[in-house]
Amino acid sequence: MKQTTHPPDHRSAGVRHGAATVAPPPGPGPKRRRPTSTQWAAWAFLAPVTLYLTLFYAYPLYRNLDLSLRNYTVRSFVQGDAPFTGLANYRKVFDDPTFAPALLHTAVFTAVCLVFQYAIGLALAVFFHQNFRLSATLRALFLVPWLLPLIVSASTWSWMLNSESGIVNAALHAIGIGPVNWLTSPSWALTSVITANIWIGVPFNLVVLYSGLQSIPTSLYEAAAIDGANAWQRFWRVTFPLLRPVSAITLLLGLIYTLKVFDIIWIMTKGGPADSSTTFATWSYQLGFGNLLPAFGPGAAVGNLLVVAALVFGLVYVRVQRKQSL
Amino acid sequence: MSRSRRRTWGKTTIGVVLTGIMLFPVYWMLNVSLTRDQDMRKSPPDLLPIHGTLAGYRTVLDEQLPYLGTSLVIGLGTVVLTVALSAPAGYALATLRPCGGGILNFVLLAAQMIPGIIMAMGFYAVYLQLGLLQSVPGLIVADSTLAVPFGVLIFTAFMSGIPGELLQAATTDGAGPLRTFWSIVLPISRNAVVTVSLFAFLWSWSDFVFAGTLVNGGAHEPITLGIYHYIGNNNQQWNAIMATAVVASLPAAVILVLAQRYVAAGVTAGAVKD
Repeated sequence: MKQTTHPPDHRSAGVRHGAATVAPPPGPGPKRRRPTSTQWAAWAFLAPVTLYLTLFYAYPLYRNLDLSLRNYTVRSFVQGDAPFTGLANYRKVFDDPTFAPALLHTAVFTAVCLVFQYAIGLALAVFFHQNFRLSATLRALFLVPWLLPLIVSASTWSWMLNSESGIVNAALHAIGIGPVNWLTSPSWALTSVITANIWIGVPFNLVVLYSGLQSIPTSLYEAAAIDGANAWQRFWRVTFPLLRPVSAITLLLGLIYTLKVFDIIWIMTKGGPADSSTTFATWSYQLGFGNLLPAFGPGAAVGNLLVVAALVFGLVYVRVQRKQSL
Repeated sequence: MSRSRRRTWGKTTIGVVLTGIMLFPVYWMLNVSLTRDQDMRKSPPDLLPIHGTLAGYRTVLDEQLPYLGTSLVIGLGTVVLTVALSAPAGYALATLRPCGGGILNFVLLAAQMIPGIIMAMGFYAVYLQLGLLQSVPGLIVADSTLAVPFGVLIFTAFMSGIPGELLQAATTDGAGPLRTFWSIVLPISRNAVVTVSLFAFLWSWSDFVFAGTLVNGGAHEPITLGIYHYIGNNNQQWNAIMATAVVASLPAAVILVLAQRYVAAGVTAGAVKD
């Protein structure tokens, strides 16, 4: 069995493989120059993907940048003769009354989701690491929320949180708490989308942290047990410190993915009511596609701010991974 | 590890309870999909589908089949495109060691971090000019951007593990790089092909962002838009909405049952989900 298909049997194979994407493929000792013919062959194999990246990543991104620097209207969008306005769209976005709430919501959404996803994922990973009967099957079932199409999860949560007929309010009623307008009250909308997103993110954290746990040698636990460490101490003194590299990767990836969460929020609340669950991702979409009169320029500007944020954290991720693979 | 039998069963019980809590929304989706129209607004709602009805599923059969067909075509198209692009790239990066390979790796990694809506907006601008809006091939290309960087990652990792002697032997026997790739590397990499295909299919099947921006209102819309229109148009028939959701979840369920180890491998390999 090759490593990729069977991570549980190998030392955190997955996370290591993530490292393989950044570090050059492991070569024996100092780099040997390959003959020119091999170089040609290599780039012949890489040509399709390079062309693809240029056409379908670089060009749309360039168009997006271009959109954000011009004053587009629906007419000039089709004809392509919008006047160049420099950073005017960005200035408009910064001065927009939605900017501050969107920034705050993005920060809160990302931070709260990350903390809970990680904490719950880690607790579950430690629990499932104990190898009891059915543990493998149950662990597999935990993947379900992660595999479901986001529209399915989002609409299910919408109905569960429905003010009049939702199961959540029915359960609250049973223990004597009045109905909460989960999706339609400005003070609860953000909480609701955060809850749904945590539910979706837990499996990813569980699986990655679980594979990290398997890389910790059992002998360390045995030694700690001989030294009289109880379960709590074993966790804080052995598991948690040794899991730090995997935790860093998990949290950074989580950060990058949570920053760009769009579907869940859009389907559940459309960023509302009254912008109370608007993040940069939904705001950008709202500007570009959500109104009758699309504001492509400002929408692209908001999107580009998000790209910059994602790339900054992406660079941090690459650095962390490099350091770990050394 | 020797533990007493009773403790193991205790843990199993806790595990079952935890899994039950985690999967409650999934159960609720099933339950609502079987609920009769007149019970939909009942308070408190029935916890079990006692008066179960298949009316919701009948509606799915009547109204949603075209959407499901479109999703299937788009999913399969995305799989073919993704594997065709990423398998040769993985082979080159893993075994041929091109100069500039490191940079390409970095670009692929960065590509995965770009938010989907930004890509969608860029694609919208490009497709508007090319007249590719509301076209199935256009959506296939857009959906493949979700999976290609991941595919290259998986193929590179997998093919790095192929013993060098094997490739050396092929070269000694006179096989060129193309022959080596097609007759030796690709057959050995069957597992990687399966993993990449599964995820490419799942992501394009689940895609909502690209579908919502690029083919919204067109003649061929995928199932994600089918559900979305449902939610928008008729707020009352939640059994039909949830029945559609259940049907839309079937690929995920089938994949989990048949190919769980590939899924776990994909997640740990730094999987991306928008």
